[in-house]
Amino acid sequence: MIPTRLRQWPFWAMLRKEFIQMRRDRLTLAMMIGIPAIQLVLFGYAIQTEVRHLPTLVLDESRTSESRALVHTILNTGNFDLRGEVQDKAVMATRIARGDARAGIIIPPDFTRDLKRGVTATAQVVVDASDPLAANAAIAGAAQAGLVRGRTLLAQRGVRPPIEVRVRPWFNPAVRSAVYIVPGIIGVLLSLTMVLINSMAVVREREGGTLEQLIVTPIDKTSLMLGKIVPFLLVGYVQVSIILLLGRLLFHVPIQGSLALLYVTTFPFIVANLAIGLFVSTLVRTQAQAMQLGFLFLLPNILMSGFMFPREAMPQAAQWIAALLPLTYFLDILRGVLLKGLPWQGLVEDTMILVLFSVVFVVLSVRRFHKSLD
Amino acid sequence: MTSTPPALAVQAIALRRTFGAVVAVDGLDLAIGRGEIFGLLGPNGSGKTTAIRMLTGLLAPTSGTATIAGVDIVAQPERVRRVIGYMSQRFGLYGDLTVQENLRFYSGMYGLVGREGRQRVEELLADLRLGARRDQLTATLSGGWKQRLALACATVHKPELVFLDEPTAGVDPSSRRHFWDLIRERAAQGMTVLLTTHYMDEAEQCHRLAFLSRGHLIGVGTPREITTRFQLPTIEDVFIELQRRDEAEHPRDEAAA
Repeated sequence: MIPTRLRQWPFWAMLRKEFIQMRRDRLTLAMMIGIPAIQLVLFGYAIQTEVRHLPTLVLDESRTSESRALVHTILNTGNFDLRGEVQDKAVMATRIARGDARAGIIIPPDFTRDLKRGVTATAQVVVDASDPLAANAAIAGAAQAGLVRGRTLLAQRGVRPPIEVRVRPWFNPAVRSAVYIVPGIIGVLLSLTMVLINSMAVVREREGGTLEQLIVTPIDKTSLMLGKIVPFLLVGYVQVSIILLLGRLLFHVPIQGSLALLYVTTFPFIVANLAIGLFVSTLVRTQAQAMQLGFLFLLPNILMSGFMFPREAMPQAAQWIAALLPLTYFLDILRGVLLKGLPWQGLVEDTMILVLFSVVFVVLSVRRFHKSLD
Repeated sequence: MTSTPPALAVQAIALRRTFGAVVAVDGLDLAIGRGEIFGLLGPNGSGKTTAIRMLTGLLAPTSGTATIAGVDIVAQPERVRRVIGYMSQRFGLYGDLTVQENLRFYSGMYGLVGREGRQRVEELLADLRLGARRDQLTATLSGGWKQRLALACATVHKPELVFLDEPTAGVDPSSRRHFWDLIRERAAQGMTVLLTTHYMDEAEQCHRLAFLSRGHLIGVGTPREITTRFQLPTIEDVFIELQRRDEAEHPRDEAAA
């Protein structure tokens, strides 16, 4: 038998009411499910951090088979696309500055002569480094091409390089950014929708006039707050499942670890974000304010949590901010489970921190909220 | 709760509430007996709603005290909430819930669940003749039906005292008459009713009246006492006369406004 006190807890009535309202609000429900799908496709296809096919100009002043072989090797890395040949450094400079091309390959006249004399022959790759990502791609491509071509020439002379370093990309063998980005999208979208939905929760009742009628009843603050959290847990899980499924179908994101483990560790993350949204809701007076504050919270989530840029590269202050975001820990969990197949032992710390976030913000919301119109 | 029930449903002593520099309610003393229909009259901005919000625990008094059925509103607001019902001036039920769902929700707030809760909801649906509209979305009800449902929700737990803030504003005459039948029925069963209104025909149906102007009480009594005391034919005449006098005594406020 369920104790009478528990059956009479206003929480159940609150929960029931929230579910009915959620079911009736078809548009919001459709958005909560449709938006993750659209965002995933947008993010997944648009965010490509590997830069390929830089439009490239060639200035070959050597004009020998050796120089042509080097140009060919550089283009073969796939990081450069031949845009045209030029006869003059000044022309090349103008066209790169104009944006016609992002890189240039310059082979000096004495290239082949140096090569034949046994002196190190030099070639130049210039790159428009205003975009560092593009510059990195050019630098890596040029270095790789130089190495390959050099090794081929040494082999012809019967010499082998004394050292060779082989890189093995673990967990993402093809080094595709989608594999890195898509698990992150699960976290970012959950944060986005959960925080925004719940930041509206209390204010909407306040603006709609229903809060005044509600708080003259003996409902306890915990019932009110939990009633706003529990229904959306379900929405959160639906979102996770949609993104995982689409991520698998469209982007071939691996699922190395246990899905059950992922679903369990997702729980405190969703609760933490709903609680943060609820806390925002207790701070503001209007839905417009809630929106602004919600977005203020989401920006650092996208920029600093490690969703797009590695945290290791950030200055210390940014890393401290990152440490205050639930998403930071959830990204470790997501990538750990999906890409690395981590067992539960590897997730305990991150999960515990998320549980802590949840408890802190639920408690803060309950304490911030007052059953009065003051 | 207490062995001897207090004789007074409401006792307010020197209730005062300010919003910044504005004094909304100033030194309000009230004593309302059980089963009374008590009308709070006064022009817009006279402090009626603020007074009710303090008595229902929605606003904390700046100073002064009040007890509801013997329970202190500042010290034990949650105990007060169990014995009162409230209809806010602005319609406050959930428009996206049906009539029945709103009733079930509010009965759940008071711990009326399971068979007990269902019985109470059925009773109210029958009592207020809302049965035919039980599955209608509340937002689509007309004004009169909305107010009737709001009264049902406010009295779902059979409170000792119900506060009705302009319950009949914007409601057609026949709905108003029916609404008053419901009020009288409840008062006859021992429920105390404190209401505000701008309709003088409704004021005359109250057992006792209190006039508020600019936050303070300027007269209390039965409708007959009041008309006799002021030697004026109707409550409406008294209302206008009292307001005129009060404003004549405080010309500064008028200039400030």
